[in-house]
This record gives sequence, C-alpha cells and structure tokens, in this order.
Amino acid sequence: MNENYNVEVIRKDFPILKKSVYLDNGATTQKPEQVIQRLNHYYRNENANVHRGVYKLSQLATEAYEGARSTISRFINCSEKELIFTRGTTESINLTAFSLVEPLVKEGDEILISHMEHHSNIVPWQLVCKRTGALLKVIPVSDSGEIEMDSFETLLSDKTRFLSLTHISNVLGTINPIKEMIESAHQKGIPVLIDGAQAIARTKVDVRELDADFYAFSGHKMYGPTGIGVLYGKKDFLEKMRPYQSGGDMIRRVTFDKTTWNDLPHKFEAGTPDIAGAAALASAVEYLESIGMDNIESYELSLLDYAEKKLKAIEDLHIMGNPEKRAALLSFTMGDAHPHDIAHELSLQNIDVRAGHHCAQPLMNRFNVPATTRASFGMYNTKKEIDILIGALPKIREKFKL
Amino acid sequence: MRDNDLYQELILDHYRNPRNCCSLQHPTHSASGDNPLCGDQLDIYLNVDGDVINEITFEGSGCAVSQASASLMTEHLKGHTIEEALKVFDKVHMMLTGLHPDEVNPEDEKAMGKLKALSGVAEFPMRVKCASLAWHTLKSALKNCEENKISTE
Ligand SMILES: Cc1ncc(COP(=O)(O)O)c(C=O)c1O
Repeated sequence: MNENYNVEVIRKDFPILKKSVYLDNGATTQKPEQVIQRLNHYYRNENANVHRGVYKLSQLATEAYEGARSTISRFINCSEKELIFTRGTTESINLTAFSLVEPLVKEGDEILISHMEHHSNIVPWQLVCKRTGALLKVIPVSDSGEIEMDSFETLLSDKTRFLSLTHISNVLGTINPIKEMIESAHQKGIPVLIDGAQAIARTKVDVRELDADFYAFSGHKMYGPTGIGVLYGKKDFLEKMRPYQSGGDMIRRVTFDKTTWNDLPHKFEAGTPDIAGAAALASAVEYLESIGMDNIESYELSLLDYAEKKLKAIEDLHIMGNPEKRAALLSFTMGDAHPHDIAHELSLQNIDVRAGHHCAQPLMNRFNVPATTRASFGMYNTKKEIDILIGALPKIREKFKL
Repeated sequence: MRDNDLYQELILDHYRNPRNCCSLQHPTHSASGDNPLCGDQLDIYLNVDGDVINEITFEGSGCAVSQASASLMTEHLKGHTIEEALKVFDKVHMMLTGLHPDEVNPEDEKAMGKLKALSGVAEFPMRVKCASLAWHTLKSALKNCEENKISTE
C-alpha cells in the first residue's frame, strides 16, 4: 500500500465521521469540507441562473456550472458535449431508456441486463418492455457472485438491442469484466450502458478506454452532494436521441408551430439545473484527484482484504458470493440473527451498516436470502473501525441464537 | 430508552419459541403480509366461530421484532371476539407509534398485558413496521374472508 496515503489527514476533512463508524458508503458517502464549502461559496457569491443573464453574477454561475462539466468530463475522459447532468444514476438510466431505447425496440426485440442489477437498472427496462412488447433477458449470476460469461455470450442474440449492466454490484461487490463484455456486445452492434454508481468513487473510470456507449453515476456516492449525477453518452447516440424532458434551456428556437432542440449537452438538460450541486460535484472530483484514484483503490482493497479475513473467522458468518474481483463492500448473514436485528444492535453501538435487500430483490432471491447485512467501505474508513465492527458481531449472534 | 427495552427478555423468548406458529387446515380467515424492505414475511390464519376467534396462528420469517410481535398477538387474541381484536389493534397501533401515551387509562394498560413488551419499538421509527406487520396482516384477514396480500411498505 502507498505510504503517502494518510487516512487520518483525509478524515480531518470529514468531521461527521466522529459521530459513528460509518460503513454504509454504498448507500451514500460523506462529504468533505471542501464540497460543503463549495456549496456555501456558490450561494454566497455566485448565485444566479445560468446561460441567461448578461450580468456578472449570471456569468459566474454559468462558469461554475460549465466549469464543473469540464472538470468532470476530464475526470472520466469524455468531451463536455457528452456529459449530461442529471439527478443521479436512476435518472441517467431512465433518460437512456426513454430517449434511446424505447424508440429503438419493437415487439420481440430483447433488452439484456444481469441478475445482479439494482432496481434502478431493472425497472426502467421492464417499463420499456411493457410499452413496446420487447423482452427483458437476464444474464445469470453464479454462486460465487459472478456473471456467467458463457450464458452472456449466448444471450447476445440477433434480437438483442441493448445491454445495461452494473460495473460493480452494490450487494456482492463483484467487479464485472465490463470492458470484455462491451467488446462482445459491440461485435454484434449492440450499444451498452454501464451503471457506474458503485464504481465511480472506487476505481479509475475512463469511458473511452472502456468504450462504453453510456455510463451513469451519482454525485452522492462519490463524496459529492445529493441531487446531482451524470450521464455520459457517446455523441453519435446523443445527437440522434429524442429529448427526455422539455422546457427552457433545452431548446434553440420556439414558435407555436415548431421547436428546434439546443445543442448537446443542453438538449437533455431542461429547466434550471442544480448549479450548486454541479459545482460541488466538481469539487468532489478534485478532491478524489488530489488523493488519486489508484491510491484510493488500493487503500480500499487493503481494507476489504482485512475485513474479509476477519469476518470469515467469525463463527456462522457467511459472506455472500466469492468473486475473484471484489470492490470494498460485502454482504453477509450471521447465524440465526436477522439482518435487521444485527443492524439495530450495531446502531446502538454507533456502527452504521445497511440491512435489507439493497434494492436488489432478484439477487436476494437468487441467493435464497430475504435480506443481508452489508458493510461498504470508503476512502476514509480504517482497520480500527473494521475491528470495532468485528468485535461487536459475536455477541449479537449469541443474542439472537434460536 | 435503552436497547433492552426493544429486545426485552419476553420479546427474545417469543422470537426463540414462537407460540401458535403453524398453519391451519381450514381457516375461516387468512392473509399474507410482507415487508419488502426488510424481507419480513407472515401468514396469519384464523378460525372464527360466530364472533369469537377460536384459533389464531401464524407462519413466516423475519427479524426478532416481527416474529415476537406475531407470536404475542396470537397468544393475546385467542378467545377474544373480532370486535375486541380490532380494539386491541388500535391500542397496539397507538403504542407502537407513540401516540397519546398519557391518555391511556390504567385499565386499558392492564388489558394490554404482555403486549406492552412491544412498546420499546416506538423509540425506533425504522422498526415500527417490523412490529406492526402481524397486526396489519390480522386486520386484513378479518376484513376480507378471502386470501389477500398486504404490505407495510
Ligand atoms: C448499483 C447501483 N445502481 C444504481 C443506484 C441508484 O443510484 P441513485 O439512487 O443515486 O440514483 C445505486 C444506489 O444505491 C446503486 O448502488
């Protein structure tokens, strides 16, 4: 591990971490002072509407917003025209489903997803299928919690029109071989969306290198604010796609007979956007860059390694899945104790973990569990915090023994 | 309130040794309920003769609170009339959600008996639906004679 990685220095930027042992980073991450201050600075000094006023403040707001687009597009290696601000992953996926896929499919066509998707990467596709008569096909997941690659290759058929896949599972932590899968899909001319919600703050994402057609993520899972997220889309697709919402900002010329759409990316950003959120998300990106994605990744993997070994040593504790490549999050069950009782007991000791189905009911059914407890780590967690979690578990197991 | 108030010994006892935990062959009333967010799931069965609940059982899986609540409920309601059961439902609902705690008169309080063990739930808004699942499922079974599905989400 990198000796320059000083977790104690990082933790100083996150005063909220003093409140509890926060291990629910898969749900949302905490925000560093820099991000909070950016929001504050915007509203105190730069607030106006964007792309409209000719006065100084409006110019500052536009610069904050478009400057954020520039920072974030550099971060994922795309052009600014290809980066659409949304409310988050969910909206990014819905946008793609509505604007690209729905007009593209007809009865009998197929949309392909995997068995480990978050509900937000299942339900929009189900609705498209319902409206068009297309079929939703699901790539199976193995007991180890990995995509079954042979089945994947067979499921990519002449009827497949779209593939939507998570980069990292929010339940199992599995890192999917997305580059390879995108390549296979492209060989058959099938466009691909990657749900990067769990990946964007954990590993370096280069959308060009991946050759993803679409890549969706949320600001709040990458140490940025809630209410802002991104859809990256290849220009060729975005230009041809129909708008998602309509109104101000997204138009070029409006008469009562006809309206022409604005250029990319504004065509997909109807109405006044979350300007402060975008600016603060850019600060989060700068924060991540200042530490370095490679450093964050290797540090988090060292935490995962540590946690996995310690958890496995606990009697009657089962970690769900055993993928070869896992990001720093895992789900487990323990003895007779129900995940809700586990999480409740942990919360009384100021340890924050998630219990439930993690918005992935099909995956829960696949593994025959109604719910799990999940610990998901972030760049500021420590081995000491993992020790605290580990120390609390055996007593809880005993308390709820049947 | 402290943690002990939620997982009182009585709650843990009903969780470990649930009473009336089985299905009924020919129930007059039944209903299923689930709590998708938690993964709690319950079936309630009743045999009602005239007005009186002769038998009441449950089956299901879930957290300690949801199981204990169902078990305590079946124990409490056996032999009562439907009208009485619905009154108890209201009282439990108030207790779980922490409403009007000072309006409870001592007699009512006494009538609640062991069900009072569930009162600790009121301190934990996220757990109220665990404790109330059995009760909502009961209400739905009593309201409709046919099998139906309810959810506390
Ligand atoms: C894999 C995955 N996809 C999508 C989402 C949805 O993200 P959001 O709620 O920010 O739109 C999440 C968040 O839980 C997730 O983990």
